[in-house]
Amino acid sequence: MVRERGDVSDTDSEPTDEPTDTPSHAPTDEPEREAADGIDEAGIRRRVADLVAAHDPTTMSSVEFLGHRFDAGLAWVHFPVGCGGLGASRALQQVVESALIAAGAKTASGYRNPIGLGMGAPTIAAHGAARLRAELLRPLWTGEEIWCQLFSEPGAGSDLAGLATRAVREGDGDWVVNGQKVWTSLAHKARWAMLLARTDPDLPKHQGLTYFFLDMTAPGVEVRPLRQATGQAEFNEVFLTDVRIPDTHRAGEVGQGWAVSNTTLMNERVAIGGAASAREADAIGAVARMWRDRPELRTPGLHDRLLRAWVECEVARLGNERIRQQLAAGTPGPEGSAAKIAYARLNQDVTRLWLELAGEEGLGYDDWAMRRSELGQATLGARAPGYYYLRAKGNSIEGGTSEVLRNVIADRVLDLPREPRTDTKVPWKEMPR
Amino acid sequence: MSEPRIPSLLYGEVEEDLRAALREVLRDRCGWHEVLARIDTEEAYDDGLWKAVAAELGLAGLLIPEEFGGAGVGAREVAVALEELGRAVAPVPFLASAVLATSALLACPAGEARDAALRVLADGSRTATLAVTATTWPGAGFPLSVTGARDADGLLLTGAVTGVLAADRAELLVVPVVVAGEAQLALVAGDAAHLARRAVTSLDPTRPVGELTLDQVRGRVVAGPEHAEAALGHALRQGAALLASEQLGVAEQALAEAVAYLKVRHQFGRPIGSFQALRHRAADLWSDIAAARAAARYAAACLAEDAADAAVATALAQAYCGEVAVRAAEECVQMHGGVGFTWEHPAHLYLKRAMASALLLGTADRHRATLGTLVDLPPAI
Repeated sequence: MVRERGDVSDTDSEPTDEPTDTPSHAPTDEPEREAADGIDEAGIRRRVADLVAAHDPTTMSSVEFLGHRFDAGLAWVHFPVGCGGLGASRALQQVVESALIAAGAKTASGYRNPIGLGMGAPTIAAHGAARLRAELLRPLWTGEEIWCQLFSEPGAGSDLAGLATRAVREGDGDWVVNGQKVWTSLAHKARWAMLLARTDPDLPKHQGLTYFFLDMTAPGVEVRPLRQATGQAEFNEVFLTDVRIPDTHRAGEVGQGWAVSNTTLMNERVAIGGAASAREADAIGAVARMWRDRPELRTPGLHDRLLRAWVECEVARLGNERIRQQLAAGTPGPEGSAAKIAYARLNQDVTRLWLELAGEEGLGYDDWAMRRSELGQATLGARAPGYYYLRAKGNSIEGGTSEVLRNVIADRVLDLPREPRTDTKVPWKEMPR
Repeated sequence: MSEPRIPSLLYGEVEEDLRAALREVLRDRCGWHEVLARIDTEEAYDDGLWKAVAAELGLAGLLIPEEFGGAGVGAREVAVALEELGRAVAPVPFLASAVLATSALLACPAGEARDAALRVLADGSRTATLAVTATTWPGAGFPLSVTGARDADGLLLTGAVTGVLAADRAELLVVPVVVAGEAQLALVAGDAAHLARRAVTSLDPTRPVGELTLDQVRGRVVAGPEHAEAALGHALRQGAALLASEQLGVAEQALAEAVAYLKVRHQFGRPIGSFQALRHRAADLWSDIAAARAAARYAAACLAEDAADAAVATALAQAYCGEVAVRAAEECVQMHGGVGFTWEHPAHLYLKRAMASALLLGTADRHRATLGTLVDLPPAI
């Protein structure tokens, strides 16, 4: 029957192509059970007060302050000691955030380093060797080192486990990597990448993968902008030619790349599931304002569609808020995948409605010039309506297509029988491509 | 636009306790076989079940303050009860009596007749209904179908109301009546002289509607012109907002039945739940139900807190949850294939409840129109 929570992923069972979207099994949660003793809300508040007393955030750069905050274990309180955490309960993170905002401190910029903070850090903390954690987490946290994710390939999108980028080890020395990655946001700014590569093509697809942390400044890494339908380039193609990675920059065991990548992708899903915005904060607000301000554009059919869209957007907003409340209460549910599907569909519907309502204005476009842009949809009002319509087409593809997410729900929540598969037991090199 | 604070959309401990207790009773006494058997009889309502949940579990008095013998909890708890009653398609007059009629009386000024009625409703010894056509939506004009004339002993009511929930079952009727051009609410005994009550064959046999014909029927005024319209509006809004939770329960049960069947039914050598065409539809339904839960919880929470956004929350929940329930029930039929279309299978119970509920207290389209007014999205001229 319908279950309230997703399964934890189990690498011993038949491999699946989708990460679980329930964060509760993250290896990063281990310290919660082990070391939460003695660190309660009062303890956190005391540590925040000590930090602010010793390092006045209003008198130093945010990078400098964030470094001190990391050293005090207040970056991610649920991470282990020495990794920017205290081994405390994840629920106490909110206490830190609000206390520091009250103290006038700048918080870590998820806007600047979203991949690193959202997905890199949990993966490093869970699977990185001690030396790697010491090396990588602090500059990631402060934003001095930006991270990107080298997963998708031209031949491996939804079927990520079919990827072809090869990593071959030279004796007991370095790994040498060759291949092409695509849809890599922030590759042009990144110092580090999470790389998933094939280390054994003779094994079935999920079993021959290994996970690395790649220095993006290494020789043989070439980053090219990838122009998209909007004209701009948010993403990149990354070409890897004889790139050398020391074995010490491997995450997890050889052949365990799929399990490690699940930590990354699971956190991606959580990150995208996001908090609730304000009413009419999204594209529906722009359409509603146009409806209010321009009576001459109104027609009965569009009115019906506008009201339907308004209802769906508001319900989706409440759904996101409910997810946030569940997380805050320590009882995360599997609704994140559903929220992401809903957001994609609604943003597409609403931006199309926007163009139809705009009429002649919808015929224009502001700028097709190829230029780099920040990750994600531009701020509302910054671009012409046509831009938002086109950009929304990516919503149901990026971060897991809506079709893959439906499979996640079918598998993990509804526990429906899997589709029969032909690709999980044969050697990767024998798969048709 | 101003930003209403979003209250908790989760379930509290009291609510979960209530759910567990009610679910146990319904599991023991209200399996779908029992519901299915009952609709072939003349007794639409399961009075034994109603006594068990209304009086023994105290559902009838959830909204009624303790001073009248009720539990004095609130809309959140009522919503959870409705989820469970919806899940079971329980043939009990909870919505009519414990929600609609009770809410109307609670919005009437204190008085001997009203207070006495609340007491007998709270202990479950009597059942009431709101004598309006059940499709009436919050914000509709005051019904004009019953008029009243004063005499030396009080009020005599004359008129007819069709499509009334629990019309032939309720021992007390809260009747909107127009007296000398002014709106009032009157309390009428179900067995009053010159009152004719008739059940009609209904789309939802687990919650039939009926007709009331009043020919100089004696009633007592419980709300005069200064209170009547507001009290009726309050009852209709409470009913609409909380009906969303019942629709949520129906939708969940329909999906659960469908999913269970997708796992066991084999065709083409595979469980049919392994076909992506069906997996994706089931996943979409689950997503819509998750969203419906947020909408229904928001409506219940806004009522419970008497929030400024209550009218928006009500229209929103009704514009969304009814359609989700209908879609879930329709998919339940379709995913079962042939057996889902038979009388012996419960799918049609969910379908009939879902579809009839979608018409109750205003269709989704009515509520969208209400929202258009509330959030300043006026129609094209």
